Amino acid sequence: MTIPADLKYTESHEWIRTEPDGTLTIGITDHAQDALGDLVFIELPEVGRTVTAKENCVVLESVKAASDAYAPVAGEIIAVNTPLTDSPETLNSEPYESWLFKLKPAADSTTGGLLNASDYALSIGER
Amino acid sequence: MPDVLKRTPLFAAHQTAGAKLVDFGGWEMPLHYGSQIDEHHAVRRHAGMFDVSHMRAVEVHGAGAAAFLRQTVANNIDKLTTPGRALYSCMLNPEGGVIDDLIIYFLTPTHYRLVVNAGTAEKDIAWLEALRLKGAYEVVLTPRYDVAMIAVQGPQARRIVGEMLPEAATAIAAMKPFNSATVGELFVACTGYTGEDGFEIIVPNAQAVIFWERLQAAGVSPCGLGARDTLRLEAGMNLYGQDMTDLTSPLESGLAWTVDLKTERDFVGRKALQAKPVAMQMVGLVLKAPGVLRAHQVIHTTKGTGEITSGTFSPTLSQSIALARIPVGIAVGDTVQAEVRGKQLECLVVKIPFVRNGQSLL
Repeated sequence: MTIPADLKYTESHEWIRTEPDGTLTIGITDHAQDALGDLVFIELPEVGRTVTAKENCVVLESVKAASDAYAPVAGEIIAVNTPLTDSPETLNSEPYESWLFKLKPAADSTTGGLLNASDYALSIGER
Repeated sequence: MPDVLKRTPLFAAHQTAGAKLVDFGGWEMPLHYGSQIDEHHAVRRHAGMFDVSHMRAVEVHGAGAAAFLRQTVANNIDKLTTPGRALYSCMLNPEGGVIDDLIIYFLTPTHYRLVVNAGTAEKDIAWLEALRLKGAYEVVLTPRYDVAMIAVQGPQARRIVGEMLPEAATAIAAMKPFNSATVGELFVACTGYTGEDGFEIIVPNAQAVIFWERLQAAGVSPCGLGARDTLRLEAGMNLYGQDMTDLTSPLESGLAWTVDLKTERDFVGRKALQAKPVAMQMVGLVLKAPGVLRAHQVIHTTKGTGEITSGTFSPTLSQSIALARIPVGIAVGDTVQAEVRGKQLECLVVKIPFVRNGQSLL
């Protein structure tokens, strides 16, 4: 499985990129899309919604199962990748290019608790 | 000691083709080879192939073969008058529940071939042996572990299989659905689980890999269990263990058409079936909104509640479809509510099948 070294991760298989302006871009990992199988529906959250850490905010429906993606930290949803809802299969083919939503972290939240690439690899049973 | 999964003769071929392997009824089988949606489309648009070697062929030999089967299965084998003809039937328990669904091929008056499901094969064989002993039938039952089975399905399947078996080209070109023929060491049946034209071919184990590779070289796409499920559901075909079980009547599973009550023939389960009023029916559902219907979701109707038995996202229709067991009295064209992830979503009750010849019937 691909696990880019420059991203952070959660145990619930989200990847997180911290942008230069401090906002976070979030998607799901290669491991997650492989486990889900072909994706058929993606339900994105509303822009402006406030979320707490680990709150489910995206519904991912594949042929196999329904799954949720979670906010890695508390904050406000500032953008969602609307075109993805018309072609959910790109999330399977390009998991790291297919971001789901962008988050402005709450003032008191930190990305310190997120996993680095090697810790995420360990968590999914890979070296 | 971990349980070891069983493997078919084609296991190495699946690994080479990049299959994602899963446990299916104790067998290590391909779920897909990259994308189950692509594989689904390959079958509807061109040709795909499935390793179904985990299913079990059982030979029924002997002077008592026909009498034995008349008592054992709910459909009437006397409908099979021409050698090679096949019949789809359920096998019932004394309570009228479904032990398995199967296909029966009439080969000679003293030789029938059954093909049963993988997960139920051992249960079925034990049941058949018990019935044989109890009725003292002059019959020998021989489960086949020396053969593999490959299903080739799709609009190009007939042409490709005919080109691969030139000695039987005429027979294959002309073979109608629910007929079969022996071709050298192969057994070719015009049957399938996809709603497309095609064949299920029994191959000696030693020839399975070569046959599979020749089909692949001829342009047939390997297809896994994921595509198998979306194809059969679009075609309105039941899946044993999901749409019907030991505890469900065929009459409440959309299988009344496979139960022959027209003659006085006594078969296992007949009395129980005829004694019980039929309170439920199996219907097709289409979800109009985005979302996916899935097995066990509750269905609310004006006549009471029911349940989805099989649901999926249909690649050919680009919407979610399901088979559901709901109270009688609801008709095609009515709407019902499906409980999906805490929400009530409206579904349309439609006729089964949903797709025929690659086209939507909605």
